[in-house]
Amino acid sequence: MVNAMKEGWSTFKSIFIGMSVTIRHFFGPTVTLQYPDERYELPKNSRAKLYVNIDDCIGCNLCARACPVNCIDIETVAATADVDLGKTSTGNPKRFWLTQFDIDMAKCMYCDLCVHPCPTNCIYMVSEYEYSEFDRTNLVFHFSNLKPEMVAEVKEKAEIEAEEKKKQREEMAKKKAEEAKMKKEIEAKKKEHQKPGNDSNAPSKPDNNGGA
Amino acid sequence: MINTIATTANALTILVYAAIPLTIILVYALVAIWAERKIAGFIQDRLGPMRVGGWHGWAQSIADLLKLIQKEDIIPTNASRFLFKFAPFMMFAASYAAFAVIPFSSGYIGSNINIGVFYLLAVTSLLTLSIIMAAWASNNKWSLLGGMRSAAQMVSYEVPTIATVLTVIVVSGSLNLMTVTEMQSGNDILGFLPNWFIFQNPFLLVAFVIFFISILAESHRVPFDLPESESELVAGYQTEYSGIRWAMFMLAEYADMLLLSLLGATLFFGGWNSPFGEFMSGPLWGFFWYMLKGLLLVFVMMWIRWTLPRYRVDQLMHICWSILIPLSFINLVLVALWELIF
Repeated sequence: MVNAMKEGWSTFKSIFIGMSVTIRHFFGPTVTLQYPDERYELPKNSRAKLYVNIDDCIGCNLCARACPVNCIDIETVAATADVDLGKTSTGNPKRFWLTQFDIDMAKCMYCDLCVHPCPTNCIYMVSEYEYSEFDRTNLVFHFSNLKPEMVAEVKEKAEIEAEEKKKQREEMAKKKAEEAKMKKEIEAKKKEHQKPGNDSNAPSKPDNNGGA
Repeated sequence: MINTIATTANALTILVYAAIPLTIILVYALVAIWAERKIAGFIQDRLGPMRVGGWHGWAQSIADLLKLIQKEDIIPTNASRFLFKFAPFMMFAASYAAFAVIPFSSGYIGSNINIGVFYLLAVTSLLTLSIIMAAWASNNKWSLLGGMRSAAQMVSYEVPTIATVLTVIVVSGSLNLMTVTEMQSGNDILGFLPNWFIFQNPFLLVAFVIFFISILAESHRVPFDLPESESELVAGYQTEYSGIRWAMFMLAEYADMLLLSLLGATLFFGGWNSPFGEFMSGPLWGFFWYMLKGLLLVFVMMWIRWTLPRYRVDQLMHICWSILIPLSFINLVLVALWELIF
């Protein structure tokens, strides 16, 4: 009987303790954040989305090479001699047209490894996290600001210039080759003339030493 | 001609008279379901529904009701069609019928009969019947298990409920709830306390505690919500129901909660009597005080729901048969002795 009363008392006590806890929470503050209306402010160094300041990009491809999952896709075209692309805000001269600068955020693993190699600090993470899509392909972000016709023009120009340069180089190479031939012929003639007296002077001796 | 007009007018009056509790139940159910969700939210440091209707999502239950009305009315192939369709309406009818003897204010009572309490307890036992009806007709193991539990629970807990109601009847000497309420008018206890039964007799306080525990079980509220315990029985006897029929069950359940709370307010807290004697009394104020008392008890029920876990079946039966029933009968004798002596 005494035991039953004790048990009963402890039951009531524990119920009242529980109810006092719940009523305190009832009148206490709530922790809900009503998301679309209110948002938490993310810390400055949060990694939510990659962003490229394309005006500062020099097309060095370092970020693409640093990426462990190959989510950065860069295509560059050398600027022809008649255009000056100017300088970045950090003072580096820009030498390439960026015909393509795509980042596939579906592949990105937010490792931040592409950010640090950049010489002009133009690729970095931003805090914007609301960019979900229904189709995975929509997660490829295009940062290049060149228009398609501009891309074609630039490519054509670059090809022409490249061909010219190639021709020039070939010509130069031909010239050099001819010159070299001429020299050789001259030397050969000289040797023929000097052959009897200058036989022990081997010209290939220092080469052999270097090769060893 | 005059006769027919008179009868029509009479019938209309009766209809309007009978519709008053219905209006109260419907409005209360919408508010209570919303309040239950808000209370659950606040107790768990959340906000609850916030978006429908502007201020704190007040229109949430209206939106839910509209959704439920539009839903498909699914009847399982192997269900007993008539019983399955009929059960929810019978359940609501039972709890609505019981409101007939509830004195909402000094000016309004549906039916001022001399066996009010008896009628109320008799009609509410139809609830058990309709739950078993729904459970059996569903032809589903969860439903049947829920129905069996419900039958066992309600039959068991009716005993302590009736015993505690009987203690009040011993004091009041009347089964008419209007008379019981009128007996509690005035502020004579210790000079300022109202003449409510809960203050009149220390054993009636014990009776109230037992009564409150048993009405928790009768209306299937946590910690005694075994018939519909969602973590074990899916939804108990409601498992196969959808749409408006399920809404009827929900409505009946909330109506039952209000009914039993109002009965408790009448028996122990002076019904429509103002706590300040003559101050703020009258038919309309009476209605206000009565609903306030009833809704406070409903709030406590919700508060308990979000505090306590559920009992096991054997614990439930143990509490009823070996604690509440002996205690309530001993209490009945003690109250009777107290009434004899003082």
